[in-house]
This record gives sequence, C-alpha cells and structure tokens, in this order.
Amino acid sequence: MRPENYETQRQPPSHEYELNIGPNHPGIEGNYAFKLRLHGDEVIEGRADAGYLHRGFEKLMEGRLWIQNLAITPRICVPDPVPMEISYCLAVEDLCGLEVPERAKWLRVLQAELSRLAAHLFTFGGHAATTGMYTPMFWGMADRDLILDLFEELCGGRVYHIYNIPGGVRRDMPPGFIERVSNTIDYLESRLPDYDNLMFRNRVFVKRARGVGVISQQHALDWAVTGPNLRATGLAFDVRRDDPYLVYDQLDFDIVTEDAGDAWARALVRRKELFESIKIIRQVLAKLPEIEGPIRCPIPNPLAWNVPAGSTYVRMESSKGELAWYVVSNGGEKPYRTHVRGPSQMHAVQVLEKLSVGCRIEDVAQIMFSLDACPPEVDR
Amino acid sequence: MSRIDPNDKGSILAPLKNLQFFGRKAVTESLDPRPASANYRGFHLNDWEACIGCSTCQKVCDNAAITMAEVPGLPEDPEKGVRNLRPAIDYGRCCWCALCVDLCPTGSISLSREYVHTCTDPELDSYFVLPDSSGIHGVAYDKGWAKHAESDMVALERTDMPELAPEARIGNFDEIVDGYDRNQGIIEASRCVQCGMCHDACPTHMNAPEYIRAIWQDDIEEAVRQIYRTNPFAHTCGRVCTHRCETACSVGHRGEPIAIRWLKRFAMDQLSHERVKQIAAEGRQSSPSGQRIAIIGAGPAGLTAAYDLAMQGHAVKVFEAMGAAGGMTRYGIPYYRLPADKLDNDVDVITSLGVEIQYDTRVGTDVTMEQLRDDYDAVLIAVGLWMGRSTRVRGADAEGVHRAVELLRKVADGESIPVPKRAVIIGGGNVAMDIARTLARLQKRKHGQVAITLTALEDIDHFLADPDEIREAREEGVEILDARGPQEVMLDGQGRATGLRTLKVLSIFDGQGRFAPKFDDADELVHDGDMVVEAIGQAADVNLLGEALTEELEWQRGRLRVDEQLRTSADWLWAAGDMVRGPDVVSAVADGHRAAASIHDHLMISEQAA
Repeated sequence: MRPENYETQRQPPSHEYELNIGPNHPGIEGNYAFKLRLHGDEVIEGRADAGYLHRGFEKLMEGRLWIQNLAITPRICVPDPVPMEISYCLAVEDLCGLEVPERAKWLRVLQAELSRLAAHLFTFGGHAATTGMYTPMFWGMADRDLILDLFEELCGGRVYHIYNIPGGVRRDMPPGFIERVSNTIDYLESRLPDYDNLMFRNRVFVKRARGVGVISQQHALDWAVTGPNLRATGLAFDVRRDDPYLVYDQLDFDIVTEDAGDAWARALVRRKELFESIKIIRQVLAKLPEIEGPIRCPIPNPLAWNVPAGSTYVRMESSKGELAWYVVSNGGEKPYRTHVRGPSQMHAVQVLEKLSVGCRIEDVAQIMFSLDACPPEVDR
Repeated sequence: MSRIDPNDKGSILAPLKNLQFFGRKAVTESLDPRPASANYRGFHLNDWEACIGCSTCQKVCDNAAITMAEVPGLPEDPEKGVRNLRPAIDYGRCCWCALCVDLCPTGSISLSREYVHTCTDPELDSYFVLPDSSGIHGVAYDKGWAKHAESDMVALERTDMPELAPEARIGNFDEIVDGYDRNQGIIEASRCVQCGMCHDACPTHMNAPEYIRAIWQDDIEEAVRQIYRTNPFAHTCGRVCTHRCETACSVGHRGEPIAIRWLKRFAMDQLSHERVKQIAAEGRQSSPSGQRIAIIGAGPAGLTAAYDLAMQGHAVKVFEAMGAAGGMTRYGIPYYRLPADKLDNDVDVITSLGVEIQYDTRVGTDVTMEQLRDDYDAVLIAVGLWMGRSTRVRGADAEGVHRAVELLRKVADGESIPVPKRAVIIGGGNVAMDIARTLARLQKRKHGQVAITLTALEDIDHFLADPDEIREAREEGVEILDARGPQEVMLDGQGRATGLRTLKVLSIFDGQGRFAPKFDDADELVHDGDMVVEAIGQAADVNLLGEALTEELEWQRGRLRVDEQLRTSADWLWAAGDMVRGPDVVSAVADGHRAAASIHDHLMISEQAA
C-alpha cells in the first residue's frame, strides 16, 4: 500500500510542501503513516501509508491448526481484542456445527461489552489528546485498567485474553466475579459526569470537534463506514440489533445515533454507548447466576481436528464498527483461507484520505482519532 | 446518565469542576510486588516428577516456542512411557496462550502468577528457559493457569469396543470383540496426541502414530502400509498383541490410553485381503539374490523373518512340524480371541511373496540340521515353546493332570479332549486364562454349566494375564483364586486326579529376588476337580538339534545363547522368537526382523568377500 510502489514521486509545486505524520508520531494512532500535501495550513491531499504493522496474520493462519489461530486473533485489534476472538470462534462453530452452551454465550456478551468499554475509554483519551487535552487520556487509561484487572481475573490475560475457543469459553468465572464486575461498572458509571465536565461539556473540546471531518450519511454508506462512525451520521444500524448474534436479541439496549456526522458527533456516540454497554453488562450479570450448565460443548482433540469443508461469513459489532470473518475450510486441520473484514481499514484509508482534504493541518490527527481506526487491524 | 445536548456549545467553566481531583491519590502510584490473579498466565512451571517428556506441549505450541531438551539423569523408560526430555521455553516466542497447559496429557505444566521477567543474574540473561516447579527466577510463585477439568482438552475417554455379552459367547468359540466401525475407528484415532511413546515401547517399534493418524485421515491404505513396515502379523497383533504401546500411551496417564491394538485391527479389517497383499509387497526387491535360507518353525518369528528375507529377494523355505502355519498363535490362542481365518490371511500375505512352507516336516526326524546346514546359506531356528512345564507337586504325573499348551493344541487341531465336570487350573498368565475359558466353553456345550477354578501364586494385582482376560474369564463363570500355591494333586483309589490342595501364599520371592514361595500352613483349601491343568510356563523342545549340535552350541540357563543380532555360536545358525526371548507375539515379530536383518547383512558381506 506504500504509494511509492505504484506511483512516481511528484515534485510538489513551489507553494506546496509535504508533511509526514507517522509512522512514529504522537498524532497518529499506532504505527501508521499519513502523508500530507499542504498549502500553508490547508491540506490539499492526504495519502494513507499503512503496512508498518503488517504481520501477515491471514496468511499465517493458513499454516496453523484451527486452535492455534486463537492466539493470533486478539492481536489483530489490540485495543478491542474480544470481538476478534469471538467472531473467529463463531465462524469455526458455524463450519463445524457446534452448539455453544447458553452460559458460554452470556459470558461472551459480558466480555464483548467489557471490551467495548475499555476500547471506548482508550479512544476518548486519544481523541482528547489530539485536541491538546491530556487529562482525559490519563483518566481513560486508568479506568480502562480496572477492566483489564477483570479480564486478568477471568482468563489470566490482561490484553490478549485467548479466553474463547470454538465451542464456548475455556473456563468459568472465578467465585465472586459478578460482584467485582458490578462494582467496577458502578464506579465507571459514577465517572461519566466527570468525563462530561472535562470533555463533552468543555467549550474548548466542543469548539475543536464540531464541524470537523463531516461525513454525510450517503457518503458513509458509499464508503462502507460502519459502527459508531456510521451511527454518528444518523443511521441507526448496529449488527447487535439488526443481525443479532449470541444473546443480543434478549437484551434491552438503545442504538445511539447523532445526526451531525462530524468528529463531535462521533465522540458523543461513543460516550453514550458507554452507558448502553453498562446497561447490557448489568443485564448479563443479573442473568448469569440463573444459567447453569457447561461453558463449552465437547470438542475434538485439538491436534486432530478437521473442520468440515465449506465457507462462512460471520459478523459482529466491535467498538470500531462491523467486524467480520470470512473463513474457508477445505475439510483440513488448518484453515484454507481466512479473511478479516475489519472496520478500520475503510476508516483509516479511504475515509481519512477523503476527510482530510481541505481541512487544517491540526485537525488531521483529530479526524483520525475520531474515526477510531486501529492500525494493527488495518494491516493485520 | 447526564444528558448532553449535541448542540450545546459547552462551557469554559465545566472542566474546572474537576479541580476537586487535585487532592486524589494518583492511580499510577507504584505497588509492592504482588502475585497476579489466581488464573494468571505467567511463566511456565513444570513438575518434573509428573512430566513424561511426551512433547505434546511442543506440538500444540502456536509459536514453536517449546523445544524438548534432554536432561541427563532423569529416568528414561520406554516401556513405562517415560522420556528424559523436558520442555524448554523460548520466551521470545511464547504468547502465553496456555494451550500447552490445556493439552498436557499428564497435567505437569502450569503457568505461574509471576508478572515480571527481569533478572540481573547473568545465568538467566536469556529468554530461553528450562522451567521446573520452582519457577524461572527461583522465586516460588503459586500456580496460576493450571490443569482444570473445564479447560482440559485431552480426550480421556476411550471409544467403547462392542463385544459379545458373556451369555452369548460362553457356548461357542465365536470371536468376542466386534471391532470398531468406521466412525468409531476415526473417533478413537482422533484422540491420539502423536507423542510416539507407543512407538518407543513397542518391541518391534511399530509406526503407531503414523497409522493412527492415517486412520484419522480416513486413509486406510496408508495405515496398512505403515503397519506392514514393521509387522507382517498385522491381523494377529491387531487382536492378541500384549499392547505395551497402550501401557506407555501418554493419554493413559490420566485417562484411558488410545486403543492402539484395536485401531490396528480396525485398519486391517477395513481393507480387502487382495489389496493388503499388494501393499505388503510394495518395495520388494525384484531381482533374486540367489541366496537360500531355511527357517525352522512357521510361527510369528520365523514367518516375519521369512517375510523380510523374501522382500529382500532371498529364497526362503520354512519347515513346519504341524499341518498349518502360525505356531503358538494358531495352536495356543483360542479362536474366540484370534479366528483362524484372520491368521490364515496373515500367513497368506507372507506366502504370496514366494515364501515356501513345507508342512508336517519335523526337523530332526524328517530332515536333519546337518542337511539344512549343507543345503542352505543360512538357517534360522524359531521353534517356540511347546513343552508345558510341570509344577512337580505330588501327583502331578497322575491321570487327569494335563499341560495347558497340549490341550490348547489339540483343541485347535480339532482333536477331542476329555471335558471334565469340574476343572482346576494352576497359573495366572494368559495361557491359564486361555485354557480356563476354552474348557469353560467345552463344559457349557457338554455339561451345560461351567465349573472351573483357577488358582495362581500371584495376588490379583500381579497376575501376568491381561486385566481384560481376567475380567472376561470371570464374566464367563471362571472362579479365580489368587495367592494360592499348589501343594499336591488329590487322587482317588485308581490314581486319578480328584482335586488340588493349595495353601495361601505369603510371599513368592525371597530377599534376593529368587523364587522361594512361602506359604501359610493354616490356610489350606482343597479344590475339587476331575481334571487339573498346569499352565505355569513352557519350555522349548530342542531335541531337533541333535546331540552333536547341542554339544557344539553355547547355552545360557537352558536357553540357546544368542548375541544381540540373534546369532548362535555357529556361524550358519540364528535363533529367534519365544525360544530365546519368552512368550509374546510382538516380541517374536521383533526378533524375526532382527534375525532377518542379521542374516541379510551376513549374506551380503560373505557375497562381497567371495
């Protein structure tokens, strides 16, 4: 994807100049580069330059047993790993015809929503920092850590959980876990007014974010924008409600939308989704004690596991947008082909390139963070 | 939730409300070192006592982070399934997924609750660590992620083998075990973790992991090909092998071992006999070597050697005293364990390679050893153990006292034997079970009921017979009394056996491990029976050698002395099988291979020299 590879270098006119943001730059998310052509403060052209985090996961997965690929999946999107794990498992379960026990489904929803909370807190920090406010970043990181503590307790890993396996989850909750999750989300909810005062009611942030990086609803649909970015253009589309998986059809939550389609609206959608996730987690915590039974259905020996031939497309709503796996099996013990339809690639490449044209240099970083693109997932 | 109006312009004062946090304790304050959560996936711990070095962790490792390192000084015993290998972890590769823990057959590996790998010790200035149970930094942290029933991924339960119910099998000699169907075979094969402990434990080192995997892949021809690489007695061993592989199987440490023997049988039963013959002949030397080899005894050892030598292009002639081939597998093992047609198939595969078997020819009388020595380039003697040993207690030579091997041979040969109303068997090995169960069937047919008492010196936990044999014998109505030593055969007025008097055994061996049974004189029993059968072991009948040769050869404790390559002290004569090794089909097969390789090498070297 490096532009040099397919395009001869142009000499910019004398009144223009080039500026690289990234691959190592505080204003870029992760190892990702964005090349700008500027006229004064105004961006004339922006070219995404991805590939710094390319680890070849999709190809790598073709050479590893179905179960061994579990360790790769959370690494595709580091800030929000759980949907990656779950959707890969859903794909394998679909191909194998495995019936996931009810308790495992609820545990998966619990993880998915905790992961969404953690990912949104992470993003607020980044977004605020690009507007010069560092306190929300510190707060976001500190509060996210409380969720990582919960994950550590649940599955022994803070970031790379590898807790889901095809057929269910690896282990049940430890004793007292429901209470501790409940305490943490109570605390997080109590923090929301503080975030509001600091960020969402802050004149400076509002003024910086409003009207920047506007996507119209039509453009959003044309450009395959999904998730909070799409909902910020006023379209109430959410895979959890429109194509329910796991037990989302039994849960009561609202699809948050905003109309403006700008960076402000996108931040606000995420802010309101925090509350919706907390609502979902409360319902799950209330339901879990009622559901007894296994946490995993019987699975074959992982070293001798042929997945029946076929292909499947499984999608989920991650914190970044619509996440899908296309998995093809030729009946062997390794995938024939896997493909991740990650939301971030659209957001970080084509959408960012289009939104940056005509904006001011200081808003480019903010636009990228407001799109919540995840470079490891762009590159995979 | 506090409402935020999207059109709200915000206030410059709102952030100031958070000034209240100035006095709050910082969340980044450093903590004292503390253990991680109870499930934490930290650094590896490995209980070296429990670890068997099977390398399953290495196989499932996502990142090839595990290397099996040889640790000299640790126990190594292929027969028990123990290797002196231990996993060494490359923490530059490890991703702490803990699949090694979840798939560990023994449960020896776990992950600790230790967070940090920092070390100033130059010895540990590495990411490559051989963990034991003390933790990689020598600091005792508790186990974090460890073996747990919920996350265990080892398939511990064996696929049940369908077999005839005791009522259905007792009146006849039908085969008891049905064998797996295709589905069951594949499922059972899928349990294997491919550690190869079975291969190491097997006397003939069968490629069990390879054929099990081929079965799992539904490639039966490949499975049969792998079986024939090391064992031409495939049907036989698939049914009656002593399956030491299963004793060594790593999955058997916490669960039931893979049914390796039944899988071999499954593969053989799935494929047509004609195709088996084609596969068995693959790789055969097409041009004859011109060398001629005589083999005495068409049992597993002799015919295995014949198979190998024929594959190498030699002309092989087998001399068999009986009217059919198979040796003890035919004349010692009852049909309900090994049907004759399956043994015929094994023999037919070997004769189809051009091996000539001359039946009803007893070497020593019909043809002499000297003639064989002069007519052939090499001679292999593999005559087995055909003479039943006697307890030599008082009355052991009376009428009504029999040797198990002789009765079994007569039954297999279709001769009639006296069927007693009540029988007493002496012995606790597989031959004792065979004769007990054979007599039980004959009793059921003739008298309508089973009345058999089996007595053995050993206590039930140390019986030499397979546990399955013991269970099945009991199911069929055989009374088994353990730890009873025979004292005398009770006789009636005409000198016929009427029973056996036994004493309770206190110990079998003395302090030096020599056979010196001690009995409890107070605990005496007399078991009634009009037949007493001794099944306490067999000896080789070596009269065929003739006096001169017997004198010439070297002997060791009554057995022909052979070297590692099974050469006797005469340079033209090899000996193999039960007569030099002890009774076991698969060991005889292993011997056959070894003898064949030795003979082949000898012939090739002498050919080059000439």
